[in-house]
Amino acid sequence: MTTATMTVTWTAICSYARLEAERGVAALVDGVQIAIFRTFSGELYAIGNRDPIAGAQVMSRGIVGTRGDAPTVASPLHKQVYDLRTGECLDVSGVAVPTYLIRCNGDTVEVAVERP
Amino acid sequence: MTKKLVVAGYGMVAQRFLEAFAERADPGWSVTVLAEEDRPAYDRVRLSAWFDDYDAGALHLGGAPDGVAVRLNEAVTGIDRDRRVVHSASGETPYDALVLATGSRAFVPPIAGSDLPGVFVYRTLDDLAALKEWATAGGRRIGAVLGGGLLGLEAANALKMLGITTHVVEFAPRLMPLQVDEGGGAVLKRHIEALGVTVHTGRGCAGLEGDAGGVHRMLFNDGGSLDVDVVVVAAGIRPRDELAEPAGLVRGPRGGFVVDAACATADPAVWAIGECAALSLDETDGVCYGLVAPGYAMAEVVADRLTGGEATMARPDTSTKLKLLGVDVASFGAPFADGLDVVVTDQVTGVYAKLLLTDDAKTLLGGILVGDASAYPTLRASLGGPLPAPPLALLAPAGDGSAKAELPGTAQVCSCHAVTKDHVTDAIAGGCTDVPGLKTCTKAGTGCGSCIPLLKQLLAAGGVVQSKALCEHFTYSRQELFDIIRVRNIRSFTELVGGYGTGRGCDICKPAIASILAAVNNGYILDGEEAALQDTNDHFLANIQRDGTYSVVPRIPGGEITPEKLIVIGEVARDFGLYTKITGGQRIDLFGARVEQLPQIWHRLVDAGFESGHAYGKALRTVKSCVGETWCRYGVQDSVGLAIELELRYRGLRAPHKLKSAVSGCARECAEARSKDFGIIATEKGWNLYVAGNGGFRPRHADLFLTDVSTEELIRTIDRFLMYYVRTADRLQRTAAWLEAMEGGLDHLRAVIVDDALGLCEELDAQMARHVGSYADEWQATLQDPQRLARFVSFVNAPGTPDPDISFEVERGQKIPARGPVPVTLGGAR
Repeated sequence: MTTATMTVTWTAICSYARLEAERGVAALVDGVQIAIFRTFSGELYAIGNRDPIAGAQVMSRGIVGTRGDAPTVASPLHKQVYDLRTGECLDVSGVAVPTYLIRCNGDTVEVAVERP
Repeated sequence: MTKKLVVAGYGMVAQRFLEAFAERADPGWSVTVLAEEDRPAYDRVRLSAWFDDYDAGALHLGGAPDGVAVRLNEAVTGIDRDRRVVHSASGETPYDALVLATGSRAFVPPIAGSDLPGVFVYRTLDDLAALKEWATAGGRRIGAVLGGGLLGLEAANALKMLGITTHVVEFAPRLMPLQVDEGGGAVLKRHIEALGVTVHTGRGCAGLEGDAGGVHRMLFNDGGSLDVDVVVVAAGIRPRDELAEPAGLVRGPRGGFVVDAACATADPAVWAIGECAALSLDETDGVCYGLVAPGYAMAEVVADRLTGGEATMARPDTSTKLKLLGVDVASFGAPFADGLDVVVTDQVTGVYAKLLLTDDAKTLLGGILVGDASAYPTLRASLGGPLPAPPLALLAPAGDGSAKAELPGTAQVCSCHAVTKDHVTDAIAGGCTDVPGLKTCTKAGTGCGSCIPLLKQLLAAGGVVQSKALCEHFTYSRQELFDIIRVRNIRSFTELVGGYGTGRGCDICKPAIASILAAVNNGYILDGEEAALQDTNDHFLANIQRDGTYSVVPRIPGGEITPEKLIVIGEVARDFGLYTKITGGQRIDLFGARVEQLPQIWHRLVDAGFESGHAYGKALRTVKSCVGETWCRYGVQDSVGLAIELELRYRGLRAPHKLKSAVSGCARECAEARSKDFGIIATEKGWNLYVAGNGGFRPRHADLFLTDVSTEELIRTIDRFLMYYVRTADRLQRTAAWLEAMEGGLDHLRAVIVDDALGLCEELDAQMARHVGSYADEWQATLQDPQRLARFVSFVNAPGTPDPDISFEVERGQKIPARGPVPVTLGGAR
């Protein structure tokens, strides 16, 4: 969770309209590859683009859906399913992708990559 | 104060132990696993399945339960029992209880040359990957497997799948000497030889010769030799017990940590389970069991003991059932004991069965089945008790016995997890309605899986109708959804899931529904909402590869191509730096294209007259052909002409799975048509049509369906065959499995699509006519539309920047994905 004291730098990525429902795009922010998704109901999620099991930068190309109440994306390589809210892999315990802050500022989609 | 539990080793038995321990939910323990391999437990029983698709993820066993700390790549190197700490690369880890689950290593007999390059063992995923890399590196043709046991035959299958001419060398006078007797061994040998594997029984290996370039020759103890390019040593396993002596733990006579019936060593804080444990029951000195079921039983015992229980090990059951190179082999109970035997040998079908009964013929002691093991679940469950039917009835072909046999409630259905019939029927009465449910509820079927047919029978006997639900979002089968979409004229996923499903779909239902929508409505597959249903391959109209790049396959109908077009492919591959390979389907695959390069590549290809080859789709791939009567002195028809006509007719047809075809110009069958979903062989009078063939892991020759028919009748029948398949098959069910599952089989198929018994043919014909009439090349349609092209960018905020993580190296003059270290982040993820 972010707190009020934390400084966050937002980077503009694209217009909201550029995102197709239930489909991802990849973005490059300071050398970090991020997968950005828009769900059917319009929520935005940002996770690491790297499939932690296969090691390739492909998460943005997975199929978006749901498992129970969780919005999900499935790796296009080996189909492991990840919770878009937490980045946690729902099929292999202990595996996760990083999540990033994302928001819609007017019509512009912005993400924040925290730097150490 | 929390007590510390350390598990040394992370294989299947350790995984089972962690799950069993977690189930008991004792908050007094913190658990740490130290693993030698760089990945969590995987299904070593099904290790060879890796060769199906090279998907290590598919063998993954579900990972450690919550709260367990897993340290991969960090083997335990020593135990200090006085201070109760284990040593590993990162230092010391203290324990209050230590569970040794270090497993086994492959045994390599002391023969000269066993350390040459090209000599492998068959134990871990890394072993398999190294074997594959060597065997497929080019110029390697002949391989020998040392050892004709279970592992040896698995390894032989792997070599065969890698395209190697395979020999199996076994010192004993028969294959699988530990499991089968002489009669069974003879039948097994005939099966294996029929698959093209040369079997040398009663022959020992005296040494291997070679040089830095690899192994070249295997020398036999009878003076003979065999030229080889690769050798797999599968001469058994030995327990990993090297921690025993330095720590002062007793080893068994054949190795292993000696443990009692509670799986405890002489030190009450140290336990051992699985293949590394030498189980000492009654008066025995300690026996190691190389099977997963006894290992699982030991895992349960220790989990129980650590949480205050009193469980003990019974003498393990060493029954096994396997499918080796497609041949069923089962051995159960004590097949070599003294008693009355019932032996059936059917040389015609290659089936051998032996049952061993007590002298009063009342109790089943054991048995052996080769060639057909369908009676195994029933027989295994009857061990130690009366047979549920007369022996010959149980051994009747097709294993009909199991359906009729009435097992007692105490009979063990699943020997891996010691689940009885009563457990299963109770679970069904308690609301389990399918095999996955029974697996979760009782664990039955989660070990070797051989009892799953019996579970299905028990479900059916309990009045449960098997669920055909596609996934959690739809309770309907694919066929039912097809009818709903067609009859209700549904045009979108949202409409379908709103009216007939729940949630927003998943990677199972979305591509399946995209395929149905494409088959029913025809047209471009990537417009509007349909785009979000497609797998990445269909989405980018190319085949994703391991590094996230794609491969490109232009259509080359019938394998016929002009020199000009061949030159264009060469130029495109050269200009974009693509790895180039001839496929098995007589076309050319171009690898290593990045997403943003795909439109540029296809611009060039479309300009030269190429179309999408649909290599990425569950669709018609290719219609292979031999050169036929045009050139060949044996050809009797124009096979190339027909192949091109068929390929152009069915291109782009979306189906439950990929479709392959071939046309041979004479009975010599150079196009291998009988291994295809639909294959055509020319005759003097016309064409013979074969249907539902399959290459792949489980090859199936296509069945003869029509004889000496005209081209017109041939095409009409194929139209209907394909459309009936598209309508009624399950998701990802190839035509071979579809036909095998069809009630009435080939006769039913003939009644429907030749005799029109269901009155469907007119509809099927019309549906195919719509497909043929509405076909348009997907790549041309994509290139003409800027909106469609906008998807092909590397990064939405940096469209021209290539993925910086993609890198290549050069092998044999072409670029391939950079190998680097195998990416492993399991357990290390945030």
